[in-house]
Amino acid sequence: MPVAASAIYFLNLRGDVLINRLYRDDVGGNMVDAFRTHIMQTKELGTCPVRQIGGCSFFYMRISNVYIVIVVSSNANVACAFKFVVEAVALFKSYFGGAFDEDAIRNNFVLIYELLDEIMDFGYPQNLSPEILKLYITQEGVRSPFSSKPSDKPVPNATLQVTGAVGWRREGLVYKKNEVFLDIVESVNLLMSSKGSVLRCDVTGKILMKCFLSGMPDLKLGLNDKIGLEKESQLKSRPAKSGKTIELDDVTFHQCVNLTRFNSEKTVSFVPPDGEFELMKYRITEGVNLPFRVLPTIKELGRTHMEVNVKVKSVFGAKMFALGVVIKIPVPKQTAKTSFQVTSGRAKYNASIDCIVWKIRKFPGQTEPTMSAEVELISTMTERKPWTRPPIQMEFQVPMFTASGLRVRFLKVWEKSGYNTVEWVRYITKAGSYEIRC
Amino acid sequence: MSGHDSKYFSTTKKGEIPELKEELNSQYKDKRKDAVKKVIAAMTVGKDVSSLFTDVVNCMQTENLELKKLVYLYLINYAKSQPDLAILAVNTFVKDSQDPNPLIRALAVRTMGCIRVDKITEYLCDPLQRCLKDDDPYVRKTAAICVAKLFDINAELVEDRGFLESLKDLISDNNPMVVANAVAALAEIQENSSRPIFEITSHTLSKLLTALNECTEWGQVFILDALSRYKAEDAREAENIMERVTPRLQHANCAVVLSAVKMILQQMELITSTDVVRNLCKKMAPPLVTLLSAEPEIQYVALRNINLIVQKRPTILAHEIKVFFCKYNDPIYVKMEKLEIMIKLASDRNIDQVLLEFKEYATEVDVDFVRKAVRAIGRCAIKLERAAERCISVLLELIKIKVNYVVQEAIIVIKDIFRRYPNTYESIIATLCESLDTLDEPEAKASMIWIIGEYAERIDNADELLESFLENFPEEPAQVQLQLLTATVKLFLKKPTEGPQQMIQAVLNNATVETDNPDLRDRAYIYWRLLSTDPEAAKDVVLAEKPVIGDDSNLLDSSLLDELLANIATLSSVYHKPPEAFVTRAKTAQRTDEEDYPEGSDAGYSESPSQAGGASPPTTSDAHYSAQRKLAPGSASPPPPASVPDLLGDLIGLDNSATGPVDQPAAPAGPPLPILLPASAGQGLQISAQLTRLDSQVFYSLLFENNTQITLDGFMIQFNKNTFGLAAAGPLQVQPLQPGSAVNTLLPMVVFQNMSQGPPSSLLQVAVKNNQQPVWYFNDKIPMHVFFTDDGRMERANFLETWRSLPDSNEVSKDFPAIVLTNVEAVLERLAATNMFFIAKRKHANQDVFYFSTKIPRGIPFLIELTTVIGSPGLKCAVKTPNIDMAPLFFEALETLLKE
Repeated sequence: MPVAASAIYFLNLRGDVLINRLYRDDVGGNMVDAFRTHIMQTKELGTCPVRQIGGCSFFYMRISNVYIVIVVSSNANVACAFKFVVEAVALFKSYFGGAFDEDAIRNNFVLIYELLDEIMDFGYPQNLSPEILKLYITQEGVRSPFSSKPSDKPVPNATLQVTGAVGWRREGLVYKKNEVFLDIVESVNLLMSSKGSVLRCDVTGKILMKCFLSGMPDLKLGLNDKIGLEKESQLKSRPAKSGKTIELDDVTFHQCVNLTRFNSEKTVSFVPPDGEFELMKYRITEGVNLPFRVLPTIKELGRTHMEVNVKVKSVFGAKMFALGVVIKIPVPKQTAKTSFQVTSGRAKYNASIDCIVWKIRKFPGQTEPTMSAEVELISTMTERKPWTRPPIQMEFQVPMFTASGLRVRFLKVWEKSGYNTVEWVRYITKAGSYEIRC
Repeated sequence: MSGHDSKYFSTTKKGEIPELKEELNSQYKDKRKDAVKKVIAAMTVGKDVSSLFTDVVNCMQTENLELKKLVYLYLINYAKSQPDLAILAVNTFVKDSQDPNPLIRALAVRTMGCIRVDKITEYLCDPLQRCLKDDDPYVRKTAAICVAKLFDINAELVEDRGFLESLKDLISDNNPMVVANAVAALAEIQENSSRPIFEITSHTLSKLLTALNECTEWGQVFILDALSRYKAEDAREAENIMERVTPRLQHANCAVVLSAVKMILQQMELITSTDVVRNLCKKMAPPLVTLLSAEPEIQYVALRNINLIVQKRPTILAHEIKVFFCKYNDPIYVKMEKLEIMIKLASDRNIDQVLLEFKEYATEVDVDFVRKAVRAIGRCAIKLERAAERCISVLLELIKIKVNYVVQEAIIVIKDIFRRYPNTYESIIATLCESLDTLDEPEAKASMIWIIGEYAERIDNADELLESFLENFPEEPAQVQLQLLTATVKLFLKKPTEGPQQMIQAVLNNATVETDNPDLRDRAYIYWRLLSTDPEAAKDVVLAEKPVIGDDSNLLDSSLLDELLANIATLSSVYHKPPEAFVTRAKTAQRTDEEDYPEGSDAGYSESPSQAGGASPPTTSDAHYSAQRKLAPGSASPPPPASVPDLLGDLIGLDNSATGPVDQPAAPAGPPLPILLPASAGQGLQISAQLTRLDSQVFYSLLFENNTQITLDGFMIQFNKNTFGLAAAGPLQVQPLQPGSAVNTLLPMVVFQNMSQGPPSSLLQVAVKNNQQPVWYFNDKIPMHVFFTDDGRMERANFLETWRSLPDSNEVSKDFPAIVLTNVEAVLERLAATNMFFIAKRKHANQDVFYFSTKIPRGIPFLIELTTVIGSPGLKCAVKTPNIDMAPLFFEALETLLKE
C-alpha cells in the first residue's frame, strides 16, 4: 500500500510535541508517548530508524534539533514516508527562508499546519513542489524571491497547476533578462588503504540549476557522457568526435525530465521549474581523477611516543588551486603533548575530536606539502586496549575541476517567443567522505 | 523575516479559556483570527480547548481562507468529542463545497472526510458526488481520496451510493494526478475488501502505464504499487511492461525507484530467456547502488530491501560489493546492514578484499559492530570452502590483538568452523588455548570447552586445561557446566587414565549431587550409567560423528522471500516479516466501533428520504455482519458436544476408576480448545487439545470430533520426550466415537517422566491412534503456567532475600512491546488464579513496577518484576530464577497470560 503515514509528529529533543497532524484514524493520539518512553528515553535512539512498538510502527529522522516521527499501523511504504519527510523539510525550509529548527516551527506553526493539510491527504503524499504551493499558500512568514504576487487573492489557475502535467512550473513568468546558471558539483568519496591502494572510490555529482526564464521553455542538455554521445552520433549517422567521454554508472533526474525520452534517445530534455533546483544526480566509479593523494606514516615508538608524518600531494593542474583544505589526522585519546612542523598551512591539536587538524586555506596544484608531528602520550599503568586507528579524513573544494571529467557540451533553450538566453556554467569538486586508513 | 507565531503560545494572566472565548466573539476580524490561532496553539501543546467548540465554529463562515483552514483543523481534532455540536458546521461545509473557488470546494470535501462523525458523514455524500464530477482537477483529485476515507468510515455507504463506479471512471480522467489518487484510493479499498473491486485488466494496465509518464513522483508510486499486483499473461506481455517501467529507475525519488524495482522483479518471474534477465539485472544494479547515497534512513530501507533482492537474484549486485564497504561515519544501523549484505555477496573472487574489510572493522570502536564483523569472517569461512583457510588466518591475527571480546567472538565462530570442516584446521588449537584464561562469556567458554573435549586426544594437556575450568564448576552458568560435563566424559573416553578418571568422578558428583539444574543432573546420570554399564556403548554414543553444519547466511525460505519481495519498499520488507505478522488488522477494532452503526444509519435514512427507494438498509447490514462473524476466528468453535457421549464418557471414566484417577473433574466450560489436528488433516477426525491445571493437577483436555462415516474406537495417546517430561498418568479414556459425534475428555498428566535433552522448549509432540485410522501426529505448545504450583507464594522478606542471593547472571528480561495493562486488578486476579502471586508494587517515574513470585515443580522459584506504564503499550519483564534456561518458556507463558 502506498500509504506513507497515519500521523506525523514534530518533537523537540526533550520529546515535547511541537506540532502534529493525524491523517488516519488507525493510530491513537497518544502513540507518541510510546515513542518517547521506548525510543527517546532509552539507548535505542539512533540504533534503528524503523521500530515497532505495540501495534504501531515508528519511522523517525532527526533534522537539526527536531525529531520528525511518522506513525503507521499498516504495512506502509517506508521509502515513501522517509522521502516525504525529506521533501517536506525542504519545502518548509524554502518557506521559512533557510532554517528548519524548533524555533522555526514554533514561529510558523499556522503555516505548517496549512502545508501539512495540503501536502498529504489521508496518508498519501500530494504535490510538494514549493513553486506551486507558494502560489496559493501564502503567509506573512514567507520569504521568497519568486512570490511577487499579492498574497490575499489566490491565483485563479493555481489548481490546474498543482495537478497539471507540468506540476512544477507556473505559467506566465516574465524576465527581462533570460539567464540559466548551471553548477556541476561533484563529491569524491574515497576509501584508501594504509598501503595506498584504492578500496573504494566513486564520485557522486549533481547538476544544480538556477533558471530565470520567461514562458514555458523547453531545455535540452548535452554532456560528454559516453552513451549520450554514442546515441547522438548514431542518430546523426556520423562518427563520434574523438575526445574524452565519461561513463556514467547511474543517473537520476528531477521529476521535470522526460524519462521515457531519456531512455529512448538518451537526451536530457525538460521544462525547468522556476528558480533553483537539482536537475540530476549521477555516479561514476571508473576513471576518477583523485585530486589529492595522502601518504601517512605513523610510528608508535614505545608506549608513550608517536611519530606522525603526512604528505599530501595535489594532482590537479598547476594553474588550479583547492580551497579550504582540512586534513584531520587521528591520534590516541591519551595524547598529552603534540608538536608539529608544516611546510604549508597551519596545524593544531584538537582534543575534543582526538585529531591533529591541519588546515591549508589555498592549496595550489602539483605541490606536496608535508606535516610531521611528534605526539607524546600519557603513560598508563594498566594494559590498555590497542589504539583502533580511525582513518584520516580530508575536506576540500577544488573549483573548475571535475573529478569525473564531466563537461557540459551544450544547453539549448527553446521558447515560442524565441528569446536569447545567457548560460553560465561552473564546476566544483568537493570531498565527500575522503578517508585514508592509517 | 520569518513568522512570529510563537507569540500565540504565551499564556496570559487571566483565566485562559474565558479570555479566548471573549476574543473569539470579538467584532473585529483580526482579533478573531488571532484568537483562533491561540486556540490552535493551545491545542498543539496538548491543552483541552474543546469547550470553545461553539465559539470556534462560529468563526467558520469567513472569506478569509487562512482562518477557515484553522477552524477546519480545530474541527478535525474535536468533532469526535463533540459530535452533537459538530452538526453546527455541516451547513458551512455544504455551502463551501459549492463555492466558486476550487480551493475552498476541495478543502470542504477534504475536511469533511476527516471528521469521523456519523452525522457529518451523511451530509458528505451529496457534496462528494458533485465533487467527483467537478470541472476542476484539484477538486476531483481531492474527492478521489475522500472516497477512500468514506470507505474507511462506512464501506456500505460507498457501495450503495455508487462511489466505486465514479472512482473507477476517474482512472480514465485526463488529469494525471486525478488518475493517481483514484488508483491509490481503489487499491486501498481493494485491500480492505474481500470482493474484487479494482481488477487490473490489460486495458487499465496500458492506460496507467501511459499516465505514469505525466504523474507527480508520488502518483508514480501509487500507480506502480497498484500495478505490481498485475500478473502478466505471458513473457511477451511481461517484457512489454518492464520496458515501460524501466525508465522509472532513473527517477530521483527513492520510492519511485523501489516501486519500479518491485514491479520489474515480479514480472521477471515470467521471463525464461537468460539474456533478457541478465539485461534487466544490469539495469537495476546502478539505481539500487545510487540509493546508498541518500539520507542514512533511506539507505537503511534500501539496504534491507537489497538484502532480499540479492537472496533472490544474487547476480544483480555480484560485482558491486565495494559499494557496501562501510564508511567510518556511517550510522551503526547502516553498517550492520552493509555487513550482512557483504556476507551474502562474498565469493571466491572477492573474498580477499572482503576479509581485509572485515579485519578493519574488527578494530573499530563499536563493540556490537566489531563482534558482528568477527562473526562475519566465520560465516564466510563456512560459506566458502576454498577461502576457509584465509578466513581462519585472519581470525588468528585478530586473536593476537588480544582484545577480549574479539577473542571470545573468534572462538565461538572457530568452533563452528571446526564443525563445518572436521579434521582440517585443528593445528590452530594451540593458539586458541593461549587465550584460555581471558574468556569470561558463557558462550565463548562453552565453545572453547567443546573444542578441548572434541579434540582431547590431540591436545597434550587437555586434562590440565579442563581441570582449570573445573575448579569453579558450581559457579559456572548452565551452558558452561553442560559443556564441561560432556568434555570431561569425552576426555575420559579418549584417555582413560588416572587423571581424567578422577576428574570425571568429581564432575559427575558435582553434577548430580550439588546442582539444582535438572538438565545437568539428567545428563550426568545418563553418562554415569553409560560409563558404568558399557563403556564401549558410551564411546559410540558420546564420540559419534556429528552431522556437518552448513552456511546459514541465506536464511529466508523461498515462499517467504517471494512474499517479501512483493512488498518491496514497505514495512514488511524492512522487518523481513510478512505483513500479517505485524499489522493488527484495524478492521477488527473498527467492527466493534461500528456495532452501533445500524441505529445511526436508521436515523440517517429517515432524514434523507431519497434513499428510501433503495434496499432496506438494516437487513443488508445485518447480512454483512453475520458474514463477518463467520470469518472471525472465534466462530470456528466446534459444535457443542452431544450430551449422550458425554454421559457415556463419564460412566466409562467411573467404570475404569482402577486405572484412572477417581476424582477426574468434568471438562471445564472454558473457551474452545485450539484445534491441533484439523479434520482435513485427520481424514475427518478433528482433535482439539490444551494443557490445563485443575485442582493442583495438570490435565490434558482433549476434544475428539468424528466427522468420518465410521465409528472410531480404541483411542490411544503417546507423548514424545519433552522439556518437562510430561506423560500420561493413565490410558486415554475415550469410548467408541459415533460418526458426527464429539467427546471431551480430561487426561491426567504426570511430569518428569520422559524428559528431553537440549535447551528447554515448549514443544509437545503428541501421537494419537485408533483402530480405524493411521497414527496421527501433531504438535502442541506447553504453556508453562500450568506447572505453577500452589506453594509459590513468598513473603516480602523472603522474596528480597532470594532475589539478592541469586547472582545477576540468573536474571533475564524481555520486552513485550504489544502488551497493554489497563485493568490492573483484573490482571492480578488472573495471575493469582494461575498461581503467580503478587508481592508488591512501587512507582518508578511514570512507570509502575510489580513483583510476583511463582514456583514450578521440584521447588524451582521464579521471581518476577514487571515494569509498565498503565494504559500504554509496552511491558518489561525481568525474571530471576536458579534455572535460567527456563526463562524463555516463562516469557511465553506470561505473554499468553497477559494477552488473555
